[in-house]
Formats: sequence, C-alpha cells, structure tokens
Amino acid sequence: MPVTKFFSRTSISHRIADFCHHLRNNGIATAPIDTARCLTVLKLINANEHQEVRLALKSFFMKNREDFIRFDELFDSFWFNERRQRHEHEAIDRNKTQTINSKTSPSIFETSGPSKNDKIDVPDNYNDQEADSSGDGKMIAAKTFNKMTTDMREFVQAEDENEATIIAQRIANAIRYRLSRRRKLSKKGASLDLRRIMRKSISTDGEPLNLLRKRRPETPMHLIGLIDVSGSMQPYARVFLSFIKGLIGNDLRTDAFLFHTKLMCVSDALRDNNTLRAANRLSMMAKGFGGGTKIGTCLNDFNKQFLGRILGRKSLVIVMSDGYDTDDPSILGSSLKRLKKSGCKLIWLNPLLGWKDYEPVNASITTALPYLDLFAPCNTLQNFLALENELRIL
Amino acid sequence: MSWQELKNKLSEHAYIANNELAMALFIARELERPILLEGEAGVGKTQVAKTLSEVYETELIRLQCYEGLDSAASIYEWNYQRQLLSIRASVDTGSELNDIESRIFSRSYLMERPLLRAIQQQRAPVLLIDEIDRADEEFEAFLLEILSDFQITIPEIGTISATSKPIVVLTSNGTRNLSDALRRRCIYNYVPYPDRKTELAILTKRFPRLSSNLAQQIVSFVQSIRKEDLEKKPGIAEMLDWTAALSGLGINDITSDPEALQASLVCLLKTQADLYSIPTEVSQRLANGAA
Repeated sequence: MPVTKFFSRTSISHRIADFCHHLRNNGIATAPIDTARCLTVLKLINANEHQEVRLALKSFFMKNREDFIRFDELFDSFWFNERRQRHEHEAIDRNKTQTINSKTSPSIFETSGPSKNDKIDVPDNYNDQEADSSGDGKMIAAKTFNKMTTDMREFVQAEDENEATIIAQRIANAIRYRLSRRRKLSKKGASLDLRRIMRKSISTDGEPLNLLRKRRPETPMHLIGLIDVSGSMQPYARVFLSFIKGLIGNDLRTDAFLFHTKLMCVSDALRDNNTLRAANRLSMMAKGFGGGTKIGTCLNDFNKQFLGRILGRKSLVIVMSDGYDTDDPSILGSSLKRLKKSGCKLIWLNPLLGWKDYEPVNASITTALPYLDLFAPCNTLQNFLALENELRIL
Repeated sequence: MSWQELKNKLSEHAYIANNELAMALFIARELERPILLEGEAGVGKTQVAKTLSEVYETELIRLQCYEGLDSAASIYEWNYQRQLLSIRASVDTGSELNDIESRIFSRSYLMERPLLRAIQQQRAPVLLIDEIDRADEEFEAFLLEILSDFQITIPEIGTISATSKPIVVLTSNGTRNLSDALRRRCIYNYVPYPDRKTELAILTKRFPRLSSNLAQQIVSFVQSIRKEDLEKKPGIAEMLDWTAALSGLGINDITSDPEALQASLVCLLKTQADLYSIPTEVSQRLANGAA
C-alpha cells in the first residue's frame, strides 16, 4: 500500500486534507469538497476519540465494499504509522528522523503544534529517495495500465492472474448487463401503443379509457461461450476461463463450452460456488486439454446438440480461438453457416489478432470470416474492455 | 441525538445495529444525505428503514425497484381516465378550452408516486428505495437529480421543491455495480452477517421469552451453517423465521428431535440444492456442535 508522505502539519483542516490525499494515493476517489464536509462531520462527533473518528471517516469516505474493508488499514497507516513500523523493521536507517507514536495516543486532532512525540504526519520517507518509487500513486496507476495492455499469456504470477480474473469478471458482467434488449428509459415513460388502445377502446364505445404503453417482452440475450483449450491456446486458457466464468455468473441463460478435439459443456461446473468441486469437475473433463484442435467438428457437434434447443435470434455465440484447426476448413465453414442460419450473432475472438504483424490468412479463419458479426483481438484486458462497446452496437 | 443515542434508540425498537451502521445513519441524518446500504439478502437492510421510521416517529414511504421502473411508477403520473371524463363533462357544459386545460393539469389530477409523495410531507418521512440494483441505470440518473436537489419538475405545473427533506435509505444486494455518481452522493455502509454476539442480541430482543439455552443453540447453529457451502446463506430474517418455527413446534433443544430439526430447516435453507447439501447427519453434527 502506498503511504503518503507529508510535512508535519498542525491544523485539523490540513491533516484532513492530507488524509484525503492519502486516500486518493491509495485509489479511493475523494472530491475536494469532501475535505470541507469532513470537517463538518468531525464537529458532530467527539473528535478526540479515535474510534469515533475512524467510524465517522469510514462512513463518510468509503463508497463501496472493497474500500470499506480496506479502510481500517488505510486509517491506521496514516494516523498511526503502522506502515512505518513495518518499514523500520525492514530498513533501520529510516528511523533517523522519525518517531513512532503509540497507537493508543489519540493525538490526531491536537492543534497545538508538533511536540517531540507528535511526528505522526512527518513524511514517511522524507529525505528518502525511495519515497518516489515505493509509495507513489502514479506508479500504481502505471502498473495497472500495463496490466491492461500486457499480453495475457505473460500473466505468470498468481496475483496477476487473480487481478486479471477480477477485471475479466467485471468486464464480463458489464457486457452481460449491456446486452439486454430493453428500450432505453424515456423520462416521459414508454410511448403509447395506439393499436392496442384502439382495440381496447371498442369495449368502451370508442372512448380510449385505457392508455396502453409499448412494452417489449423481457427476453434478454442468451450468451454462449466456446473456448478453444487446445495446445496453441493453452497460455490464454486460464484467463479465458475466468472471463467465461464471469460471463456465466449465476445467470441460467448463459452456457459455456470448452473444445479441443471434443466439445464439453462446462456451464454447471463453472456455476458451482464451491471452487474445489468446480475444479474437480473441470479436471475430470480435462482429458485432451493442450492437445490438437478440431474446430469444425466441435462446432458441428454443438449444432447437432444445441442448435434447435438453445440457439435463436436472441443468442450471442462467442468463440475464443486462434483458428488453428486440423479439420478440413470446409467442415468449419458448413458448421458456421448452419449456426448463422439460426439467426444468432456470432463473435470470434482471436488472441493472435492482437499480435504485431499477425494476419488472419490461415484457411480456417478466412473460411469463417464471412459468417462473423465481429472478429476482434482478445490478448489483453484492454481488448476485452473495447469489446464492451462493440457488443453494445451489435 | 448523538450516534450512540441513535444506536440505543434503534436497539429499543428491536434493531441491533453495529457501531459502523449507527455512525453511518447518524452522519447521513445530520448531513441530510441518503444512505446506501449494501449487503447480502436478509441481513436487515430494509429493516433499518422501517426501524428508523419508528425511531423518528415518521411515515415510511417505500419504492421497490425493479427492471424497467420508470418515472411514471416512481415520481408521478396524470390520472388519464379522470382527465378524459372531465373533458367529456366539460364539453357537454360548454366550458372554455383554457379552463379545461388548466383544470385537468392541476394537482387534483396528479397521481403522486413514492418519490413525489416523499418530498411533499410536512414531517420528513423515511424514504426507502429498496433494491436499487434491480432498477436500470437510467433510473439511477433520475434519482440523482432528485436526491441532489430534492425537487421535481413537472412540465405542466412547474417545479415542486421539498417541504421537508426525507431520510433516504437505499438498499442494494450487489447484483450489479451502481454508478459512482450515485455512490458519491450517499453515505455508504456495508451490512455484513452479524457476529455471534450481535445475532444473539437480535434474537433475544425479538424473542424475549425464548430460553437462553435454545437461543444460544440457534445462534451457534446458524453461525455454523453459514460456514457450509451453500448457494444462499441464511440471513437474520431466516434465523428469526426458524426460531418462530422451532417455538411453534415446541422444541426446547435442537438436538432432541433430529427429524423435526431437519424438517424445520426449510425455514433456513431456500434452495433445493442447499437442502440436499445439509442432510440429517450434517444438521445433527451442527446441532451437537451448537449444543
């Protein structure tokens, strides 16, 4: 966690302003006006009781669950220098100019100026060149930005993958929400359905007593994800699986399939709340992971099993594959043609498309292109973000 | 009223709030800002609004959100049928067009919906906007306008300003992300499942005549069952329902009758999968652990 570095301040307003800065540095958005309002809040409580101050600031500044849970740590790191205690264990040199305050001393709103022990808001790394590299908000932002543009096959560390999972799930949830076919709400309400009004008015001697409004039937999009888990796609498989898990969530109208040389339905396994059980179920299906690919045959199987049952005009099929296929391209072509006839939207996400100098010239891809509503890259998280806009237009 | 006094008042009305929630409610009231409560279903978010209305002895106005909720259902609507009948009657009596128009677009033809009603009360009511995450993003935008200015503009009448600012409580189960703009305007609190001590206090408040041994057993059992792998963990509401069921069945010790205990679990577990995942053996193990 970045710890904000400040010169010693004496007034409450300055300290609160510094605290707001500290929150901003740690990714919590606080508006400048909040600083002033926060002082109003402190007037309402006993500002000498640090527990009350903690509760009040927590209620006032935190705006979502994640931040709400993090707040106590941020509060302690700023007002009680917990972070610095850890730093001092790590680097003894740093304590030349700093003194650790007792956590029990509620001196945060003393305004009489700094005493010998009152150095809690002395810059942590003041005079310390490491300050810029360890606790700077910009560095964090750059790191996040890099993650968004880094090719996902380079996500090797568990924490990167976790972050990728969270982002992928968020994006997937956002996409699903956007896909509803409801009309945009009008401030005046839904428009009048004149046909139904006239029909209804027959029973009231032509007087249109009942105003009926146009309403679209609630038929949200049915999402179907097909992920290629063959050898060439293995570096991306984990992140794509996370993406598809996010897409599925708890929505029973979504389905997920994995394919290599065979097609497997993994919807129920991914919907399973028990991670261990889900992993077991998936591992039982894992035979053939990282092997060859028969995209055409798998899509043909998919058509045979699900075309009549689950596909329709309100379906969106997302295929995530690099297009390297050991099948005859004509099988893929005929499968896609049949799939498209159902009226569904067809999207092909190809991670290789994001690579420099890659051209989609292999036979399978060129066969597939005429049937696709969207052919897009998906090798970075930023590609997924861009996808949200594309899907909105579709 | 200080935040501790508010907490005590809530407790007197059988709502046991933790310090964080009490402080958030207090600040929201003092700053006249809406409070956004997030948390799992059944942890007592809606009950906060009901209890607040009792504490402040004021009316509770509830707006239940759903997909497709629009201004006609949440703010106001013209009484069209009445307007039509009035026009018919006016034509027969030969009234002037302007007179008819000014009459049928007057307040008496306006059907107030919860948001408009809330800002027109003499005594500030508690406005509960329940499950805001179920409403559309566009509705959130309407809401922002109302929550920031506490006024509503009706083109035919003009702007109606709040006679008293309502105490606004928004609840969300987190089924979708709410906009930052809405969050920024609210005081936020995450309502977790209660800890053992709080849950026991809630139970004894609600069922004062319940034996302390049974209360302890119930709370321990519910706390344990929440740790099991369930699709829908039982909230406070379920715990209270289950207690009522056990009392109704005349059970004084949950280990005494395994069959009755298993049958009563329908009050706690709300899906078929959850009922299957807690067979008699597991419920007995949990009950013995709770005893």
